[in-house]
Amino acid sequence: MEKDIRENIAWAQINKDVLRSLEAPRPLYWVILLVALAMVGVGVGCEIYQYQTGIGVANMNNPHVWGLYIATFIFWIGMSHSGTLLSAILHLMHADWRKPIYRFAEAMTTFSLMTAGLFVMIHLGRLWQFYYSLPYPNERGLWPNFQSPLLWDAMAIFTYLSSSIIFLYVGMIPDLAICRDNMHPGWRKKLYSLLALGWEGTDRQWRNFRVTYLTVACFLIPLAVSVHSIVASDFAMSQQPGWHVTSFPPYFVAGALYSGCAAIISLFIILRYVFKFEEYMTLSILKKTSRLTFAIAMVWTYLNAVEFASVWYSHDEAAKDVLIQKATGTYAPFWWMMIFCGSVVPLMLAFKRFQANIPVLFAVSLLLNLGMWLERWMIVAPTFSHGYYPWAWDHDQWPSLVQWGIVFGSFGWFALLFMVFCKVFPSVSMYEVKEMVYHRSLALKNGETAEEGVH
Amino acid sequence: MSRHHLLALFDNFDEAEAAIVELRAGNIRGFNPDDLILKSPIEHPEVEGVLGNKPVHIQWFTLVGAILGGLLGFFLISGAQANFFAQIKGGKPIVPLPPNFVLTYEMFILGGVFITVLGFLICAGLPAKRSPLYSAKVSEDQIGILVSGDESAIAALKAIFSKHKALEIQEEAGK
Repeated sequence: MEKDIRENIAWAQINKDVLRSLEAPRPLYWVILLVALAMVGVGVGCEIYQYQTGIGVANMNNPHVWGLYIATFIFWIGMSHSGTLLSAILHLMHADWRKPIYRFAEAMTTFSLMTAGLFVMIHLGRLWQFYYSLPYPNERGLWPNFQSPLLWDAMAIFTYLSSSIIFLYVGMIPDLAICRDNMHPGWRKKLYSLLALGWEGTDRQWRNFRVTYLTVACFLIPLAVSVHSIVASDFAMSQQPGWHVTSFPPYFVAGALYSGCAAIISLFIILRYVFKFEEYMTLSILKKTSRLTFAIAMVWTYLNAVEFASVWYSHDEAAKDVLIQKATGTYAPFWWMMIFCGSVVPLMLAFKRFQANIPVLFAVSLLLNLGMWLERWMIVAPTFSHGYYPWAWDHDQWPSLVQWGIVFGSFGWFALLFMVFCKVFPSVSMYEVKEMVYHRSLALKNGETAEEGVH
Repeated sequence: MSRHHLLALFDNFDEAEAAIVELRAGNIRGFNPDDLILKSPIEHPEVEGVLGNKPVHIQWFTLVGAILGGLLGFFLISGAQANFFAQIKGGKPIVPLPPNFVLTYEMFILGGVFITVLGFLICAGLPAKRSPLYSAKVSEDQIGILVSGDESAIAALKAIFSKHKALEIQEEAGK
């Protein structure tokens, strides 16, 4: 059986390897950073143009009032579920293999939520009126509508973002102390000293740390489910054909976990190479992540089928029309591409030979995420183009380059935040990898003792 | 009598645990076994058996935080909705419970998480000043035992640490 990690890695070596990643990544790191910066530049340029000229330049007009912005918002919210899955759910299930990779998954959660939040504001056009979506009265003393899923969204995302940041930070405190103890005097040492809060690894600190981490993990799981269920309610609680589907919340949650897992595979492969983490981000762990992704892909495929069946057999002609439009109308190439990327491509993950094949997995993970982005677009756009009123149908309205530019820029924004984080903070949890090595060597020792007893 | 502090460093948990067992059982004059702190690079729950029962109280912070968060959420929303009392509601309830449950639930979690972390900081004594007896080796691969005792106890404490192959013993004379 392949090992998730070597049991004889010296603990000092773990510190050394991870701390090295903060200072000397491979040159590809700088290439990624530059590309990300250029992409952000494109996005910011488009946003400035849209802000100064008006939302009309995005070509968002009736009936397509949400466009790519809200589809991409859902995509980024979905991406954020990876951290919760790896950190919280697998932590509760005592899956040790998550330990070397959960930190960057948590960072993904935080940064994808930050990216998602931007889309709500960008989509408004009038940025200065963003506060209308917060539970705060406006200048006429009117409060927002607390019965609207859009307000639930704002609260749920705020709760999820702040809890995720706290979860990421609390879990990092012992590692920040390691950084503090090993860095030369300078801004990094000052930063780590401040953030480590004087952590010394005492039994009192560890005892309370364990309970806190577990408790926050327990909160995060229902929170993550509620966040994406609420996003699903933005659609399912409306009366629009194709959206008023009971299975939307679980469908959204499954899609979120799916895209999160696919993104973890992509970033796993990138970080493994860029930061020379071959010793920690092992092929065995990659294989487990691939299998998990495959399982979730099949759940998503099943829920997709449920959604289509419930629309088809509901005898709701308008909803049925939207489904037919998706499969045969303007959006058909994208819809079929979604089915191909989301349900057919992951079948490759069922084969052992591909489960740890890095080039294949990288390509597959990118295709899966393309499929998941298309899924969100295919939820939003076809319903708007083919609603209840035939005189409001518009199958030809297409997002402008400004919209595409901002969506493109969001990927750069996410990559920029993520790569900067990985260079400033340890993206592999040093103390948890040590725990993993310790428990593994202990299990081996106990096994050997038991074997000697038998002989 | 002035208090002295000792930090002994070990290269494995077995020796450190054996030293703690002996320190606690030794009945050394001028040394209170409860003045013993273990410092380690990883969490080591097994040590709780030898350190004695030390309860954690964070769950109470969690409970209070979650309840307060939920109540705050519910009453904030209900209070705001009550502003519309004078408006025509068409027979619908002024404070509708099912939709309010969603935001109450979110605030329940938010309160729970925030106050849990506050509880962690209080219970773990963070932020803390670095103690004078600290070795960066503790965050790397060594296990430290920090004890404090009267001058008369120091020799006995050092003897126990040396017996259990302490790699290094740091000493500081305190107040």
